[in-house]
Amino acid sequence: MATLMYRDAINQAMIEEMKKDDNLFLIGYDVGKYGGEFQLSHDMYNMFGELRVRDAPISEQGIIGCAIGAAITGCRAVADIPFSDFMAMCMDQVVNQAAKFHYMFAGQAKVPIVVMTAIGGFIQAGPQHSQSLEGWFTGIPGLKTVAPATAYDAKGLMKTAIADPNPVIFVTHKGLYAMKGEVPEKEYTIPFGVADVKKKGKDVSLFTYSLMVHKSLSVASKLEKEGISVEVVDLRSLYPLDKKAILASVKKTGKAVIVHEAPTTGGFGGEIAAIIADEAFKDLKAPIKRVGAKWSVLPFVSALENEILPGEDDIEQALRAVLKG
Amino acid sequence: MKSLQGYDKNLVLKMYEGMLRIRIFEENQSKVFRAGEQEGFTHLSIGQEAIPTGVCLNLNKDDYITSTHRGHHHMIAKGGDLNRMMAELYGRKTGYCMGRSGSLHIADFSIGVLGANGIVGDGNPIAMGAAYSIKLRKTKQVAVSFFGDGASNQGTFHESINMAAAWDLPVVFVCENNMVACGVRTADVCKALKNIGDRAIGYGIPGFNIDGNDVVEVYETAKTAIERARRGEGPTLMNCMTTRQHPHWEGDKDVRTKEEVQEQLQRDAITGMEKRMLEAGMISEQEIKATKERIQKLVDEALEFARKSPKVGREDALKFVYAE
Repeated sequence: MATLMYRDAINQAMIEEMKKDDNLFLIGYDVGKYGGEFQLSHDMYNMFGELRVRDAPISEQGIIGCAIGAAITGCRAVADIPFSDFMAMCMDQVVNQAAKFHYMFAGQAKVPIVVMTAIGGFIQAGPQHSQSLEGWFTGIPGLKTVAPATAYDAKGLMKTAIADPNPVIFVTHKGLYAMKGEVPEKEYTIPFGVADVKKKGKDVSLFTYSLMVHKSLSVASKLEKEGISVEVVDLRSLYPLDKKAILASVKKTGKAVIVHEAPTTGGFGGEIAAIIADEAFKDLKAPIKRVGAKWSVLPFVSALENEILPGEDDIEQALRAVLKG
Repeated sequence: MKSLQGYDKNLVLKMYEGMLRIRIFEENQSKVFRAGEQEGFTHLSIGQEAIPTGVCLNLNKDDYITSTHRGHHHMIAKGGDLNRMMAELYGRKTGYCMGRSGSLHIADFSIGVLGANGIVGDGNPIAMGAAYSIKLRKTKQVAVSFFGDGASNQGTFHESINMAAAWDLPVVFVCENNMVACGVRTADVCKALKNIGDRAIGYGIPGFNIDGNDVVEVYETAKTAIERARRGEGPTLMNCMTTRQHPHWEGDKDVRTKEEVQEQLQRDAITGMEKRMLEAGMISEQEIKATKERIQKLVDEALEFARKSPKVGREDALKFVYAE
């Protein structure tokens, strides 16, 4: 196994798939000569040329529209929208076009595009570069949304995303890009809709995804020393969602904490809590707890940002509260 | 309008018949929609027939078009099947989109119609993307985006034409300028309404401002633009001045005065063409009548097909949300 940074795992996945399919291209600002705003596409411009690694103007509607138009006429596309905040600039194309075509045209059109976008704060980037907007995508039928937390998952899920005949929102996190992890040299893919238990446990289930997986694991290993056994379930894929894994874990522990960086109110955690309440109510031994950002715009300076975003202490508190029952 | 003297008669007849197919289909649509036979909304293209007819006579079956909420004429001009169209308007199983699209989103990918579109201005980036695909796949196809003067003030207009121009994409942007966007006169919100084609200068591409009710002028301009695109020399912007003879959607109120609409009727594309054809001795009154009857029969057949087609069932409601 090689040790790779999360960003390089995505880079590898794209390169491998681009080599297989001449009609697959990458489009976005900075993806070409600059190598990607976060260096996700480094070396690709030299390998595949400007037509397949397309530096675009800062025209998000145009970028996604280009990807869609190409995808419905025999190509596949990966579009890079470096900050999820900028998804607001092209949600019309994503929601009203990409997500609708297969249904609206009764199967005449498939839209095999991947829209890659980073969520997340903790880098003092302020109100318009720090939001975690993944919940927005999960409310749109026709879209699939994945949010890998490790290099291994990022590579496997990116390959699946590229092969999928539907529009996929591939949610990365700025705080994950430089994180290293083991990635097999042999080809592999990870199916959508399959959660991964990142740490087995028996006392309480913690459901999370993206960067919060790591913060949760850190808290879990701290509590382990006190003899508290936390099961950390990385959802990896928000739609399709691995309901079975969620329900199985709750059945085992009887207690559930849901953690994400997006604001608690209106966040995807509400959906998970509702599923548990609806389908595993009898297994519950304590109320469900959610951990997320406070209801606020995100400020730039860390002293304020850290107050609003969920931290390890918030996760720990929630776990302890649930364990008390 | 120029005389048709010396013009290819077969081509003229094709233009005339093409426009008539649309007109008769739409007049029927107005009638049955107003009679309450269909659900939803319908936006009629009566008065704008010359534009897609003139453009699409230059296209091949595998060329692409994107269309708008007012899109029946695009579909018919590109060779859409009247039966399946009508069945879709009736929400039947045999319709193009099995009752999912109705009038607003009708599509036939087998003839390159990449969908009518309910979002004003969204066809432009999609046509640009189809042109990108043509370039990537190295075929000789062309994409055409039909849009209105309303869409010309959306950001997608700028983004798409700029990108298409930057990369010399094989796409033609065809503005059907009927001078009214929903209920707003475009002249009230756009200083250079009649010269939208001049915006091409800003993108470094050719632009034309033409009479969109003169099918011959549309045909000739589109020919130049499409040939340029096919040669790989890049996009063209065509601004075609036309007339929307009906309100925004069928049954809607109209902000325009009766006099305004009446004046526009004087510029009717089809009666104008008939006059020129008669003058040039290319058709007789009798032949006009016979042509109309022949097309009316096709529309009647489509209507019968739609009415007799099976209705969609609730068991199909969740089909096609995702592709397998």
